[in-house]
Amino acid sequence: MNIELINICKTFQDELVLQDVCGSFDIHSIAVIGPSGGGKSTLLRIIGGLLTPDSGNLKIDGEIIGFSNKYLHSYRRNIGFVFQSKGLFEHLTALENIMLPLVHAFGMGKSQALEISSKLFERFGLTDEKSKYPFQLSGGQQQRIAIARAVAVKPKLLLLDEPTSALDPEYTAEVLNMLGELQNEGLKTIIVTHEMGFAKNACEEVVFLANKQIIESGNSSRIFKNPQTEELQNFLNKILEWKV
Amino acid sequence: MKQTVNKEPSLANKAASGIFVAVVLIGFLWFSVSSIGLELDFSTLYQYRQRLWEGFLMTVIISVASLFVSLVIGSLTAMGQNSRILIISYFCRAYVQIIRGTPLLVQIYFFYYIIGTAWGVDNRYVAGVVILSIFEGAYISEIIRGGLASIDRQQYEVAKSIGLTPVKTLQLVTIPILMARILPALAGQFASIIKDSSLLSVIAVIELTQTVQEISADNFRMFENYLFVGALYFILTFGVSLLSGVLERRYNHEYRVNQYL
Ligand SMILES: Nc1ncnc2c1ncn2[C@@H]1O[C@H](COP(=O)(O)OP(=O)(O)OP(=O)(O)O)[C@@H](O)[C@H]1O
Ligand SMILES: [Mg+2]
Repeated sequence: MNIELINICKTFQDELVLQDVCGSFDIHSIAVIGPSGGGKSTLLRIIGGLLTPDSGNLKIDGEIIGFSNKYLHSYRRNIGFVFQSKGLFEHLTALENIMLPLVHAFGMGKSQALEISSKLFERFGLTDEKSKYPFQLSGGQQQRIAIARAVAVKPKLLLLDEPTSALDPEYTAEVLNMLGELQNEGLKTIIVTHEMGFAKNACEEVVFLANKQIIESGNSSRIFKNPQTEELQNFLNKILEWKV
Repeated sequence: MKQTVNKEPSLANKAASGIFVAVVLIGFLWFSVSSIGLELDFSTLYQYRQRLWEGFLMTVIISVASLFVSLVIGSLTAMGQNSRILIISYFCRAYVQIIRGTPLLVQIYFFYYIIGTAWGVDNRYVAGVVILSIFEGAYISEIIRGGLASIDRQQYEVAKSIGLTPVKTLQLVTIPILMARILPALAGQFASIIKDSSLLSVIAVIELTQTVQEISADNFRMFENYLFVGALYFILTFGVSLLSGVLERRYNHEYRVNQYL
């Protein structure tokens, strides 16, 4: 799967957040890294069809994404999106959370949706959590269920916006393990993350976003071993300073 | 270390406490009544049972009708208050402020005798329901607006990301979350509607209060009449309160476990 960004710009209330972002990537697994406030979430939401850029184009496998409501509505159904936190419907149980998109966005029958959901719970060791509400679940469980919901519909592409940044290290591991497993099965992912270990070892490609643009991108082991730009070198030095 | 006990009180404890409170309340009432040498005789009300029943029914009908109309007015103006079209937003805010800032009695006279006459509305029952709905709608509008504002924006973002249409989002996300949050307040407002409907007696809508005024002019037994009618209002509002408890549990998340199973 190929994704192409052509001169994407986005301004929030006079604040320029993305300026002529360009790039073309063959997605298998991409990690997006960069300083806070650099526009990572904004770019991911544009790719996910949740936000419309002010100008520029987005192409997926050569097809231009039209940012009209009608187009986006069907586009979003084929893209999974996992939020940093609170990504589950608070008034539904874990099971209902997974069934809802299957039934109400894809028009699947309830029994079939139930079967698919139950399999996912079993597979990810979440069966005991089925009938709990989000407020009764740990942060790690919530994120794993959010990921399960996103993959239940067999998306063409899964986008994750810092899925572990609100979690304890222990829970971070359980979420990243689940993700690594899905990637190994061939699920295409773009993940915004501060977990450099995961970016380096589990993702094929890394994109460094800072100062409103993509400053550097490339093979993940190359990026960490041999950063070309000064910005990325500084960023990595800062981030790896306290590494054990 | 102090231990927090998280247990239901025992049945005996509940019963004893309930009886104690009832005895204190009834004792207080009985003492007050007997100390001014008042002898209550409710039997004279029996001959008016037909009229009382009709008044009671009229109060129920007016209250239920007003509940529906005021819910519609409240929902529309709650959304209107947040409208991006300034004229709509100002109009809805002015409505809420003015109605909540003036007494119902004044509104009844104003709308019935000035607006109603000007526009040729002469059915006092229709006018009564409309006036009461306009009044209660302003309060319901604020309840709904507050409820909507309390919903986390992220819930809508999630709905968008899984590909729900706006209509489905309203139906499956906004309304269930909103209802769970505002049901207690709405039930309280319905109880207010029932009580406030008594003021419609000033435009001679023959509901419970108007009926009892007419009876009082006939039998001169003010105390019995009003105590009795007070009890009738209480039965209605207490019923609403019980019903809202049931609905609340239905909408409350924990009780809906296994709904899909
Ligand atoms: N809805 C919004 N309205 C106004 N400004 C926004 C909005 N969303 C983001 N911004 C601004 O855009 C800039 C980029 O935000 P973004 O969330 O994309 O950064 P980020 O790289 O994801 O940062 P972080 O690592 O902290 O999540 C920030 O300065 C932020 O204040
Ligand atoms: Mg972000």
